[in-house]
Amino acid sequence: MSGVKNILLVGVGGQGIILASKILSQGLISAGYDVKMSEVHGMAQRGGSVTTQVRFGKKVYSPIIGKGQADIVVSFEKMETLRWLDHLKIGGKVVVNDYEIPSAPILVGDAKYPENVISILEEKASTTVFKAAEIAKELGNIRTMNIVMLGALTKAMGLKDVAWEKILKNNVKEKFVDVNIQALRKGMEQVEE
Amino acid sequence: MKKFLTGNEAVARGAYEAGVTYASAYPGTPSTEILENIAPFKEHMYAEWAPNEKVALETAIGASIAGARALSAMKHVGVNVAADPLFTYSYTGVNGGLVLVSADDPGMHSSQNEQDNRYYAKFAKLAMLEPSDSQEAKDFVKVALEISEKYDKPVLLRVTTRICHSKTLVELGEREEVEIKPYKKNIPKYVASPANARVLHIKVEERLKQLEKFSNETDLNKIEWNDKKIGIVTSGIAYQYAKEVFGDNVSYLKLGFTYPLPMKKIKEFADQVETLYVIEELEPYIEEQMKAAGIKCIGKELIPRIGELNPDIIAKAILKEERPMIKYSEAEVVGRPPTLCAGCPHRGFFYMLSKKKNVMITGDIGCYTLGSAQPLSSMDTCICMGASVSAGHGAQKAFSFNGVDKKVIGVIGDSTFFHSGVTGLMDIVYNKGNAVTVILDNRITGMTGHQENPGTGYTLQGEKTHAINIPMLCEAVGVKKENIFIINPLNLDDCNKTIDEAFSKKEPTVIITEWPCVLKKPSPEDIEKFGNKKIICKVDEEKCKACRICTKTGCPAISFDEKAKINEDMCVGCDVCLQACPFDAIVKVGE
Ligand code: SF4
Ligand code: SF4
Repeated sequence: MSGVKNILLVGVGGQGIILASKILSQGLISAGYDVKMSEVHGMAQRGGSVTTQVRFGKKVYSPIIGKGQADIVVSFEKMETLRWLDHLKIGGKVVVNDYEIPSAPILVGDAKYPENVISILEEKASTTVFKAAEIAKELGNIRTMNIVMLGALTKAMGLKDVAWEKILKNNVKEKFVDVNIQALRKGMEQVEE
Repeated sequence: MKKFLTGNEAVARGAYEAGVTYASAYPGTPSTEILENIAPFKEHMYAEWAPNEKVALETAIGASIAGARALSAMKHVGVNVAADPLFTYSYTGVNGGLVLVSADDPGMHSSQNEQDNRYYAKFAKLAMLEPSDSQEAKDFVKVALEISEKYDKPVLLRVTTRICHSKTLVELGEREEVEIKPYKKNIPKYVASPANARVLHIKVEERLKQLEKFSNETDLNKIEWNDKKIGIVTSGIAYQYAKEVFGDNVSYLKLGFTYPLPMKKIKEFADQVETLYVIEELEPYIEEQMKAAGIKCIGKELIPRIGELNPDIIAKAILKEERPMIKYSEAEVVGRPPTLCAGCPHRGFFYMLSKKKNVMITGDIGCYTLGSAQPLSSMDTCICMGASVSAGHGAQKAFSFNGVDKKVIGVIGDSTFFHSGVTGLMDIVYNKGNAVTVILDNRITGMTGHQENPGTGYTLQGEKTHAINIPMLCEAVGVKKENIFIINPLNLDDCNKTIDEAFSKKEPTVIITEWPCVLKKPSPEDIEKFGNKKIICKVDEEKCKACRICTKTGCPAISFDEKAKINEDMCVGCDVCLQACPFDAIVKVGE
C-alpha cells in the first residue's frame, strides 16, 4: 500500500520492545493515523528473538510487514538486526543499539557471535549506531534502554509533532517518569535530522 | 471512543458489552489474554480459570443452560480437549447464548500442531464467525451471542494468532445488561440420552438450514464490488492480506460468517467475476465446500496450506510478484531459541536428569518443554497436555512386557498436572505401572505468562482460595506416602539421589519439585515458604579451570570466554552452577 509506513522493532525477549511499540503506536494514533501493531508472544519471551511490527498511514490493512518492506528497522540488539535485515526496504534505514546479548548456542560455545555486524549493516543500508545500554546505565536505569531506542526512532522517522512525553507519562509508573523522559530526549539526540 | 486493542482485548470488551456474565478458560497462547482482560470487569462478569478446557466449556455450558450469556476461550488444541461436551451441546442447544472462542495458531508460534479449527464448526455443526481485526473481534462476540440465542446453537468464534495479538483501533460501545433467561427444567432438550438425542439431531439439521439462509442474507458476508476480472473469496486475517495486495482493484466476497457457508451468495459472486480465487489461511476449508457445490475456483493450487499466510505469499502466488530484497549472508546469524530463564527452578532437576543413562523421559507442554533443548536435552517426547504421565506409563509397560530394560520418567508441570496429568497418574496406580512421575511445581502457570491455577491459592479475579495440595492428591489416587518425594529442584544432590531412589522402586512413584518460577511475583505464602534472599553467584577467575561444565547447565546468565563469566544483571543466585562446578570456582556474593 502506498502511503503506509512500516516500522519493525527487533530484539530479544525482556528488552521492553513491546512497551516501546505501544507508546509509539499511541503517538501515531494521536497524530491521526490508522495504526496496526503486531506483537510476538508465548515462548519467544523466554530469551528468544522478538519483534513487533507497527504500520501506520491513512488506511492500514495487514498488521504484518513483509520482507523488503520495512521503512525502518529499529534493533535493540546487534545480531537481531541481521536476522531481520531482509525485511528492510532497499533504501530503508537502520537504527541499531550497539549491544550484544549472546544467544544459547553462543553461550554454550557451539557458535560465535558474528563479528562485523555493524560494517555489514553500514554496507547494506543507511545505518545509525549508538549505545543505548550505556546511555540508559548513565541515567541510572538500564531498563530505560527501550525508551532511549524509542527516542532515536521517533527522530529518525521525523515524527516530531507528537506529544511523546505526555504519552510516555501515561505508560510508565510515576516514579520512573523522569528517568524515562530523560531517556527519550537522550535517544532523540543520537540521531541527526 | 476509540481504543487501540489486541484481538484478545477486543473479545473481552465484546463480552462485556454483550452482557456476558460467565466466562471460563484454560490459559493457552494465543488465547490467554481474553480471560485476563475479562477478569477486571468483576462487577459485571464472573470469570475463572478452569483446570482444563473440557471443564471450562462444561462450566460455560452449565451457565448457559442456567440462562446466562456465557463465553469460553481456549487455544486450538484446547478445543480437542473440550470436543466431547462441544459436540453434544450443539445438539441440545442453548438457553443463554454461548460462544466458544478457538484461537488457532497458523505458523505454530507457540503450539505443537497447526490444526485448522474451522473444521470443528462443520464437524460439530456449530455456527461460526471469523473476525478479521479487533473491531470485528469485539462486534462479533455480540453478534455470536445473538445468533446463539436466536438459532439455539453454540457459536464458534474462530480467531488466529495475528488477530489475537495484533492491535487495531476499536470503537467502544456501552454494556447492554442482558437479563438471565428463566431456567426451566427441560429433559428432552438437555438430557442427551439416545432417545432424546435422535430427536435433537433432526432439529440440529433443521437449524443448520435456517442458519444457511441467514448466512446468505447477513452482511457479515459482504460483497465489495470493484473490477470484475478478479474475484476473491476470503475470511479472517486473509481478507486483510488480500486487501493489502489487491487494494480496490478486484472484487471481494468477505466472509465473516463461515459456517454454514453462504453458498447462494458465493455462487452469485462467482457468476459475475472472470477468475475466482479463494484466499484462506491453512486448510482449503472454504474451497472444498465451494468445489463440492460445483463452483470453479483457484485456491490451494497457489496458496500454501502450510504455515501462516502473509501478503508477500499472496502477491508471489497470484501476481508472480517478488519484492527486491537486501541480500546478506544468513550464515552469519546465530539462532536464538527460547531458553529456560536464569534461575528457572526446572534447570537443576533437568541438569541432573540429563546425566542419567538408559532413560526415556516423556515430556509435556509448558516452560519445561524447553528442557528438551541443548545442552539439557532432557526430554524424549512432547505430545499434548498430560501425555507425559500417560505416555510414560504406556512406554514403561511396553518396555517391560517386551523385556527391554529401560527406565521411564514423565515430567509435567503443576498446572498441567491438574489439567490432565492426574488422570494419567490414576492409570499408573490402577494398572500397576512404575514409570516415575515428576511434578515440576513452580507454583504458577509459567509458560503462558503466570496465571493462577488450583495449586496457587488465588483465583483469576484475585480472591484467596483453597490451594490443592499436590502430595495429598497423589496420595489420594493411591501413590503410597513413602513413594512421594518432595524436593528442592535447586539442590542437585537431592535431585540425583531422589531420581535414583525413584528408579529403584517397583511401585508408582512421584517426585514433586517445589520452587517458584523466578518471574513469578511471590505471594506472601511463597515468601514464607521459600524466603526472599537476594544473592548472586560470581566466578572466581583464579580458580576457574575452564572446564566449561557450568555452561552445561544451560543457564543464559553464564557465558564463556577463556574463563566462565556470570552476567550479574541476570543471575538470581539459584546456585545450580555453583554446585555443578567441580573446582569450587563459583562463589555466592551478597548473602
Ligand atoms: S518463566 Fe518461570 S518456569 Fe518459565 S522458564 Fe522462566 S523461570 Fe522457568
Ligand atoms: S565449571 Fe567451574 S571451573 Fe569449570 S568453567 Fe565453570 S566456573 Fe570454571
